[in-house]
Order: sequence, then structure tokens, then C-alpha cells
Amino acid sequence: MNKYVERLYNGLIKENPTMVLMLGMCPTLAVSTRAMNGIGMGLSTTAVLILSNLVISLLRKVIPDEVRLPSYIVIVASLVTVTELLLEAYIPSVYEALGIYIPLIVVNCIILGRAEAFANKNKPLLSVMDGVGMGLGFTVALTLAGLFREVLGNGTAFGFRILPSGVQPIAIFVQPPGAFLVIALFIVIMNAIGIKTRQKKLVEGCDGCCSTCASTCKEAEK
Amino acid sequence: MKALILIMISGALINNVVLNQFLGICSFLGVSKQMKASASLGAAVIFVLTIASAVASLLYDLVLAPLGLDFMKTIVFILVIAALVQIVEMFLKKTSPAVYKALGIFLPLITTNCAVLGVALTNVQNGYNFIECVLSGFGTAVGYTIAIVLLAGIRSRIQETDLPEPLRGAPIVLISAALMSIAFMGFSGLNI
Repeated sequence: MNKYVERLYNGLIKENPTMVLMLGMCPTLAVSTRAMNGIGMGLSTTAVLILSNLVISLLRKVIPDEVRLPSYIVIVASLVTVTELLLEAYIPSVYEALGIYIPLIVVNCIILGRAEAFANKNKPLLSVMDGVGMGLGFTVALTLAGLFREVLGNGTAFGFRILPSGVQPIAIFVQPPGAFLVIALFIVIMNAIGIKTRQKKLVEGCDGCCSTCASTCKEAEK
Repeated sequence: MKALILIMISGALINNVVLNQFLGICSFLGVSKQMKASASLGAAVIFVLTIASAVASLLYDLVLAPLGLDFMKTIVFILVIAALVQIVEMFLKKTSPAVYKALGIFLPLITTNCAVLGVALTNVQNGYNFIECVLSGFGTAVGYTIAIVLLAGIRSRIQETDLPEPLRGAPIVLISAALMSIAFMGFSGLNI
């Protein structure tokens, strides 16, 4: 397989950041109340991820190793600010629906994780493709979770009513507890049909959250 | 006075940072395996979040807002939080090694805890003054500690139960969190 196409497959399916690697749980749980929110959040994160992978890959020989994490954070935070301002100006409905979770893209583990694991070792074009793959993988997972919750909890899909009017939606699914339940259900299904997830990272010791805590975990093990 | 107490209770219980707003999920699920570690992390979060809210509030009111640099807040806050955690770590190492030993390994984890940045940004969004920011930071961190210690207690009991294979690991922890979240929804009826 072409190595660029392989990056897309890797991000979407093989190493899907949400469903397989269990990264970026905060936004997944928080904004998956509606399918549209999932798409908005997913695409905003994808845009930041593609650009951050590109910039970090271009600068990979310039940034000294010791200060790479602070540098990445500054790069990502600048890109997030740009995205936030663009959303506020051009798509205010998405900006209002996502609220505080847009600036919090800065601390999304997927972005720093890909910078550390991929972009600082690979050529710009390949890093961009990695960003596209990972970002779309995140978008698809968020949209699916959002669709599932919206249909069950609100009786609509992308804002259109699909349940017959006599059926009462189960409101708990669009409320906070529903987020935990739906993600738990997804993992149970994947476990039951035998897809290997890295959920151990999520519940045992270090959560595999970011590169920063990777070093912490080594110290903790000692 | 009543408003200040309300901000604290709202931060700790009604709008619980983990169970209602989904901030700091990583460490909530990751560290809650052991009760002792959870309590230490909770203490570290209370410490850092209170200081970070105070510093972020001062910085915003005295520097960013007067200069019209409102849009820089995300970048400034994340850098200040990262630097602050480092300083707190060095300060504790020098002055009180006992506290450092208990909280030390958790301090760097807190930099990437989205709760800290989330609270700093929410405070600014709500237009809180300095005292309100500090209390809101403290209340939120107490809420985080309550949630993680409760989950650690639940998980210590789960470890002794015989679960169906697919539910083991993350799913049962998430389901426990969902049930806790339902319980915390009861607080939203609290009108003071």
C-alpha cells in the first residue's frame, strides 16, 4: 500500500485515536451530545492537528530536543487560537455549541501525542497525511458517539426527527451520565467482538495521555 | 458572602468538574486505581488549581484585559500553568520534602490536566473577580478530589467481583463513573 494511503487507514481504523488508542477522552465525552457537535469538534481538531503536524515536522531539525514540549505547546496553542477566532467569526453556531472545549483542544492528548510520536520524526507531507488520518478517525468516532446519543436521547439525527412521535426518547443519554455509558458500551462491544483496544492505558497507572506524563510514569514505576 | 459560598458549592458539587463537565478525565480514570494515590493527586490538584486560578485571574485583569490582548489568553494561560507547576515543584522540593514526597510525582501530571486550563478560562468567561476566581478554583478542585476518591473506593470493591470478560477494565470503570454522575445530577436541584 502507498505509504500516504497507509497513514489514512492507520488513523481511521488501525490506530483510531478514540476507539483504539483511547486518547482525547475529555472532548469525546463532553461534546458527543449531538452528531453535529461531534463533526464540528472533530473537524476543528483535525484542522489544528494537520497544521500542527505540518509546522512541527518542518521545524523538527530546528527545535532543540530539551525544549521541544514547550515549543509544541506554543505552536498548538497559537493554532488553536486562530481556529477559535475563525470559528467565532464564520461559524458562530458551532462556536457557541462547543464553548470552552475549543480552547481546550490545546490539551487534547491526540495533538501532542502525534507531534511526539510522528511529526517530529517524519517528513512534512507524510506528517500532514498522518494528521488527516488521525483527525478524520477522531471525527468519525465523535460523530458516531454523537449520533448514537442524539438518536436515543433526543430522538433526532443531525437535527431531524427520526423516532416516531409516540416514542419517548431516553433523556439520560444526552445528559452527562449518558456519555460515560455510551463510551463504556462501545468498548464492551469492541471487546466482545475481539477488537484489541489499548484501554489498559486508560485505567491502569499512567493513562498514556501525553508525552509529558510518560516521563512521569517512568519515575513513578521506579 | 452568599454568592461566594454558592460559587464554591457550585464548583464542587453542582457543576462537578469531572462528572458534569468532563475535564480531567484522563487522570480521573488513570489514577483512581489506588485510594492513596487518588487522595494525594486530589491534594495536589487542590493546591495547584487554587494557585493557578489566582495567578491567571491577576494576569488577565492586570495585563491581558488592559492591553486588549484578550485573544491571547489560551496561549498565556497554558504557559503560565506549565511554568507554575514547575515552580511549585521546585519550591516544595526545597522547603517541605515530606509534602514533595507525597505529591511530587503527581505535579507534572497536572500540567496536562485539562481541568486547570478549563477552570482558568471559565473564570474569565464568567467575569469573576480575584476572590471569586480563587474560590471557584478551590471549589472545583475539591469537587475533583471528591469524585476521584469516591471512584477509587468503588474500584477497590470492583476488583473483588467476578465480571463478564468484555466488561473488565475500562468499561466497568466508565459505568461506575456514569452511576456517580447520575447521583451528582441530584445536586443540580440545589437552589440556595
